[in-house]
Amino acid sequence: MKFNTQPGLRTAIVAVSAAVATLSGAQALAQAKEQFFPVLVYRTGAYAPNGIPFANGYVDYLKLVNARDGGIGGVKITFEECETGYATDKGVECYERLKGKGPTGATVVQPLSTGITFALTDKTFTDKIPLITAGYGRADSVDGTVFGFNFPLGGTYWDAADMLIQHVGKKEGGLDKLKGKKIALVYHDSPYGKEPIPLLQERAKTHGYQLLLLPVTHPGVEQKATWLQVRQQRPDYVFLWGWGVMNSTSIKEAVATGYPREKMYGVWWSGAEPDVSPAGESAKGYNALVFLAPAGQGAVHKDMMKYVYDKGQGTGKKEDVGEVLYNRGMVSAMMAVEGVKRAQIKYGKKPLKGEEVRWGLENLAIDAAAIKKLGLDGFMMPVSTSCVDHAGARAAAVHTWDGKKWVVGKERYEADMSIIKPMIKASAEKYAAEKKITKRDCAKEQ
Amino acid sequence: MLYRENGQFKSTYVADQQMLPILQDRWFMIGLLVFAFAGVPILASDYLFLSILIPFLILTLAAIGLNLLVGYCGQISIGHAAFMSVGAYAAYNLALRIPQLNFLVVLVLAGLIAALVGMLFGIPSLRIKGLYLAVATLAAQFFMDWVFARVKWFTNYNSSGSVSTAPVELFGWAIETPTDKYLFLLGVLVVFTLIAKNLVRGHLGREWMAMRDMDVAAEVIGIRPVYAKLTAFAVSSFYCGVAGALWGFIYLGSWEPLAFNLTLSLNLLFMIIIGGMGSLLGSYFGAAFIVILPIVLDQIPLWFGIPISTAMASHLAFMIFGGLIVFFLVVEPHGLARLWAIGKEKLRLWPFPH
Repeated sequence: MKFNTQPGLRTAIVAVSAAVATLSGAQALAQAKEQFFPVLVYRTGAYAPNGIPFANGYVDYLKLVNARDGGIGGVKITFEECETGYATDKGVECYERLKGKGPTGATVVQPLSTGITFALTDKTFTDKIPLITAGYGRADSVDGTVFGFNFPLGGTYWDAADMLIQHVGKKEGGLDKLKGKKIALVYHDSPYGKEPIPLLQERAKTHGYQLLLLPVTHPGVEQKATWLQVRQQRPDYVFLWGWGVMNSTSIKEAVATGYPREKMYGVWWSGAEPDVSPAGESAKGYNALVFLAPAGQGAVHKDMMKYVYDKGQGTGKKEDVGEVLYNRGMVSAMMAVEGVKRAQIKYGKKPLKGEEVRWGLENLAIDAAAIKKLGLDGFMMPVSTSCVDHAGARAAAVHTWDGKKWVVGKERYEADMSIIKPMIKASAEKYAAEKKITKRDCAKEQ
Repeated sequence: MLYRENGQFKSTYVADQQMLPILQDRWFMIGLLVFAFAGVPILASDYLFLSILIPFLILTLAAIGLNLLVGYCGQISIGHAAFMSVGAYAAYNLALRIPQLNFLVVLVLAGLIAALVGMLFGIPSLRIKGLYLAVATLAAQFFMDWVFARVKWFTNYNSSGSVSTAPVELFGWAIETPTDKYLFLLGVLVVFTLIAKNLVRGHLGREWMAMRDMDVAAEVIGIRPVYAKLTAFAVSSFYCGVAGALWGFIYLGSWEPLAFNLTLSLNLLFMIIIGGMGSLLGSYFGAAFIVILPIVLDQIPLWFGIPISTAMASHLAFMIFGGLIVFFLVVEPHGLARLWAIGKEKLRLWPFPH
């Protein structure tokens, strides 16, 4: 009896395992040649005016790559939007919802929120999904040895603050002339707004200016008290680190207080059309850093019209294509796509895992010729990354609102790494110690 | 028919004072616990754990804490996220500055610190009641928001004011995977629910309820208002402090003061109002309602392949969610727990209601 059952059992096992094998084989065949992009957006809430154009640009670029190039190296892009409302907990929920979709899981995550970036940074270590924060996020995540999956491509807030100081120093006729001046930082009271403070304090030590810190609570529609302080203290310059409705409110308050707009400098997130247009003509003279993509149209926008909008596939309105934030969304998507492209050279033209895409992002080399080829000539600075340097670029210009459009200044600034580098190292090391992270050895991995 | 207590005689006081006097309830509870500890970890996906179950468990704990104060002692508070933040930052600083401490010790100490702060902010309750007390507790919310945003020491001088925690380890058990986190939280929640259940059945809970129902009468029969009210604040803040520490360490991993803002306080209050004031079960129902429903509503169009934009889906979710809150409060002002109780009553008579 015993001997009779066993062969039966064995055949059953063999049959079942064969069935399972064919099933998984069929699954592998059915596994589409697709690369999945989670798209974390905020089209509702206090930050929607800025979130919508960015999201449109991001999604449109992915659509364009599919329509024009047939995907990345023949691998079709799929994507799904998830609404975060700029809230950290919602952002984390969206990330968890989307990270496992597609044949290889999420390719990269781009939350467009420094708060969400902070929360997701912890998760990248286990999930191994690159977190691209083009022009936002943690300043210390430039250090790829500690922050293995963070990519603050294009520059951080420390770079931004540094460039603004350089700019006002130049205006005064030398950085040493800043001695005794007063610079006020009007900032969004969140990780985003607080991020530039250490750099400004560090610079204040060397140049001897006085730094006034004026926080504005979320969402920033109530700023009367802040601007009363500006009126009392009369700072020589005001740096604006706002987002969404806070920016336009600040500019309006500056007009009401009579603070000259010419002396106001915004970070690159405080220098788009929705920020200045509510104040209209009176916002004239207001400046902001411009970093990746100023407003306007280039070769890529012609493609966008031809392949996406003329076919009725556009996400937003046709006339909004080319806005500052639309372009920035597009460039953000482009960085991710280029990262995948670069990784395909090493790993082959198939759906790639997050860790493989990481290699691509770490070896990005988008020089002037490549930018031209992408149709983004004049929209961004060259980016070249490595395992150690996850930012790849730290240059920007200043543009000024002339009442109708943004005029980009000629001067190009580059952040002074002799100041920033030690700060990054100290901060990243502190993080590694707090989180008990073992650092990567970049020399071995390349 | 199935849910009858016929023939279940109680011959001792102990049997009469059981937590679940009906046999079927006991079996149901055992089944539920077995399912929660053994079944769910097999069935649930990572997404379900990380986005739904883990926040649900932690917020249930916080809701129980708030319910002890508001539902049992009748002292309203709209600043309980502040006590959660006290717990979270206390735990962060303890774990950072004394790294050799066991996480359970950190949790209890964080709870105790929150309890102290809670008692401090509970002092006004000795003089003022009702809406006035609500406004006074609001001060706790704003004060704590301010402290953790401005006093750099609490955030270890991190430039952005955001803190992040080291992975949690317990006697060599690294609580890393979603399943580990879930099991740990479930364990904590079961223990704390048991404690809360016994507290409200005991003399302390009775004092609180007497205070809630009529404070003058309670004083006349010899209940000290200072003791009753301050213990309620202390225990409630202890629960919220522990919940806050778990929210920070297990759920978020890194957070900013904004994570414990007024919205969270109000959400906690909504949980116990919708779930049922003065009911531990209600805290569970309320937390489930507030945590799970918006997420589900947000995804329904996607499941059915209805092509609407992300913004539209999100707006619709808000509207339906608001509508459902109004609906449930109109149908049963005493909360979902009361609906559950009514259901049980009906079931006892089924199928022959008299």
